[in-house]
Amino acid sequence: MEKVIEILKSLHPDVDFENCTTLIDDKIIDSFDIVTLISELSDEFDVNIPVEEIVPENFNSAKAIYELIKRLQEDE
Amino acid sequence: MQTNVLEYLENIIGKVPDKIAYADDTNEVTFKEVYNNSRAIGTYLYKMGHYKEPIMVFMGKHPSTIITFYGVIYAGCFYVPIDEEMPRHRIELIFENVKPRAVICDHKTVKVMETFDYKGNVYLYDEIIKTSPNEKVLNLVREKQIDTDPIYIVFTSGSTGIPKGVVACHRSVIDYIDNLTAVLKIDENAIFGNQTPLYVDACLKELYSTLKFGATTYIIPKHLFMFPLKLVEFMNEKKINTICWVVSALTIISSFGTFEKAVPKYLKTVAFGSEVFPIKQFKLWRKYLPDARFINLYGPTECTGMSCYYEVDRDFELDEAIPIGRPFKNTDIILLNEEDKPAKEGEVGEICIRGTSLTLGYYNNFEKTSEVFVQNPLNNSYPELIYRTGDLGKYNERGELVFVSRKDNQIKHMGHRIELGEIETVANMHPEIKSACCIFDDVSKKIILYYVGDISEADVATYMKDKLPRYMIPNLTKKLDRMPLTANGKIDRVLLKSLNK
Repeated sequence: MEKVIEILKSLHPDVDFENCTTLIDDKIIDSFDIVTLISELSDEFDVNIPVEEIVPENFNSAKAIYELIKRLQEDE
Repeated sequence: MQTNVLEYLENIIGKVPDKIAYADDTNEVTFKEVYNNSRAIGTYLYKMGHYKEPIMVFMGKHPSTIITFYGVIYAGCFYVPIDEEMPRHRIELIFENVKPRAVICDHKTVKVMETFDYKGNVYLYDEIIKTSPNEKVLNLVREKQIDTDPIYIVFTSGSTGIPKGVVACHRSVIDYIDNLTAVLKIDENAIFGNQTPLYVDACLKELYSTLKFGATTYIIPKHLFMFPLKLVEFMNEKKINTICWVVSALTIISSFGTFEKAVPKYLKTVAFGSEVFPIKQFKLWRKYLPDARFINLYGPTECTGMSCYYEVDRDFELDEAIPIGRPFKNTDIILLNEEDKPAKEGEVGEICIRGTSLTLGYYNNFEKTSEVFVQNPLNNSYPELIYRTGDLGKYNERGELVFVSRKDNQIKHMGHRIELGEIETVANMHPEIKSACCIFDDVSKKIILYYVGDISEADVATYMKDKLPRYMIPNLTKKLDRMPLTANGKIDRVLLKSLNK
């Protein structure tokens, strides 16, 4: 979880990622961030994020992103 | 001869009055509605005493905003689009430059407008479209109008920290749309999927081509560009067959393996530009859409829209760049070397543009205008303006024009044209920042801001978000103990660039 927050913080050092649950709904992360985020998450956790998982629900909070990574790691 | 862009609308209204002209995910308007509402707005503005002056259009991205643009032109005025997501500071700079006597808002932006110290008129879209169009007024405006009268001002990044407003007239937009639609082979069956914002010249392609042919434009909701599968679903649902997108929007689809799950199957014409298309991504597009036409477009805002095109007719190696090709009909490109002489075969030169497509220049800024709209150095016999783009290019062995690099610190990021100097100026305005330098990492495609000062990276990020549009905010902000300098005492950009490796 800390790693996910660290990656998010590198994109937006000013956002409280520990508590924010509306990253997509409130337009805190945009399409450029998604591209960077997915490539950095894939590298860091050595997972492949399939396109069908790139949906708003999976990116609205650090926790949701973390859950997605965990799920993908278990599937492998 | 056509002398007004609104003639497109007037020619098509009898043919397809009930066809959808513009739509987004929740609203749609027919050509008849576009016609009636824009004439209502034109009548209202003229009766309120507005004529031959800039009118600010501060609205969200929806079909009524487009109608408002045409309404402003009906009044004999010119529209200045402002985005609802623009930060305050930038909007204030634009207000200072334009000094508009009136702003048109929608229900959402009218509340934002109240927070500004603005003394002029604020009109609400929903109210002013209730005006009944007055034939006499509209005819009066039209009779006096000539084709070199301005129709819009759009703002582009300025290296001194002040955005520059490019003013364009009927003539150059008509010239552009006629030649662009010939290259793209647009007809009444075109269904555009618009990606670019309404506050830049890029959207002219969809807006005016739709009017000219009675085609249809769907404004694609911005958030879909984060979720590639949903984006393709939207395109297929609306049967979108023509797109003119920035490269980064196209690669969002191709780089996540989207094509293996879904293909935008109705696409026939894919025009792209503003950035270099990575060949690996481009090959994916061609593989999954083997029958589509792919066209690279190139051109600066100062020459209305696009000036050159290249339709992809062969394969490219991974280290090759797709050419920008050749100029549109009625546009001429001259490559000037450092002595202001025509570049020799294979020699790099500055891309300079000649033709009707040249815009009128920068609004309220004769100084900046005269720096780049200059007398053609190859002609010393009569006045003839060319626009110096600051882009360096050369001809390849096939005789196609190829983009090489920039002369200065201007970059293209997510399709937007950005002066790194503008970001630095804003950073340097902060009292705690002693020194700031902004670089663009070409590999990771990130804007990186280095600064020296007694302030945290998070506070700098918050500050920048307040001052700059989203696409100009540095992707990384790094604090340094001291700024590296060259022997001449200038900031060492080369060393800063190597820090991120």
